[in-house]
Amino acid sequence: MTKRILLGTVATALVIAAAYANFFIAPTERTMGVIQRIFYFHAATAWAGEMVFFVCFVGNLLYVWKREQKYDWLGVTCAEVGIACISIVLITGPIWAKPVWGIYWTWDARLTSTFVLWLLYISYLLLRTLIEEPGRRALLSALFGIFAFLDVPLVFFSIRWWRTQHPAPVVMGGQGSGLDPTMSKVFFFNVLVMHVFCAFLIVERYIVEKLRHDVDLLQREAEVQ
Amino acid sequence: MKNLDSVFAAYVIGWGIFFVFFLSIVRRTATLRSEVDRLKNQLPKAR
Repeated sequence: MTKRILLGTVATALVIAAAYANFFIAPTERTMGVIQRIFYFHAATAWAGEMVFFVCFVGNLLYVWKREQKYDWLGVTCAEVGIACISIVLITGPIWAKPVWGIYWTWDARLTSTFVLWLLYISYLLLRTLIEEPGRRALLSALFGIFAFLDVPLVFFSIRWWRTQHPAPVVMGGQGSGLDPTMSKVFFFNVLVMHVFCAFLIVERYIVEKLRHDVDLLQREAEVQ
Repeated sequence: MKNLDSVFAAYVIGWGIFFVFFLSIVRRTATLRSEVDRLKNQLPKAR
C-alpha cells in the first residue's frame, strides 16, 4: 500500500512537472506556434501506449507458454491502459491537425494503423466478455492479443515506410530529422513521465483482477458450504 | 497566442480521459473489496 501511494505521488508530481515544462520551458515552434505544444503530450502518450501494448504482448505470450493466471491478468490490465493511451492519441492528434492541416482526419498510413490498433484492443476486451469459461477465455484472448500486437510495429514504422499526411518522425527519424535540444529534453522527459504514470495505472488496474479472482474463490467456497 | 484554446482542449480532454479511467479503477477496486469483506464475513458463519 505504501509503495502504491509513493508511486502515485511520484507520478502526480512528474505529471505537474511535465505540464510546466511543456508550457514554460519548451520554446514556441517557429512555423506552427503554440499548437505544437500538443506534440509533447500526444507523442509521449503514443510511445507509452505502444510500450504498454508490448507488456500486454509479453503477458499474452507467457500465458500461452505457462498457463498461469497472473499473466492473463497482466494482459487484460495492459490492454485497458493501452486503450486509454491510444484514445488520447486519437483525440489530441486531430485537435493538433485541424489548425495545421486544415482537416481533423485523413485515412493516411499512421492514422489508419493507429485507429486499427485501437479497434483491435477494443475487440480483445469484447472477446473476453463473450467467453464464460476462465481458462478458455484467457487462452483465446492471449492468442488474439498476440495477433493484435502485430499492428504496433506497423504503427511505429508507418511514418518511416510511407510518406503520407502525418509528419515524418522528428525523433529517431534518421538524417534531416531532429528537434531543438530544449524541445528534445522536454519530449524525453514527457516520455519518462508517461511511462511512470502508465506503470502506476497498471499497478492499480492489476489489483482489480486480483480482487476479482479472490471474489471468485470466496464465492466458490461459499457455494460448497 | 493563436490556437491556445486548442492546446488547452487537448490537454484537458487527454488528462480527463486518464482521470475518468483512474476513477473507474478506484470504483471497481472499492466494490470488489467490499464484496471480499462480505464473503469473508459470511464464510465463518456458515462454518
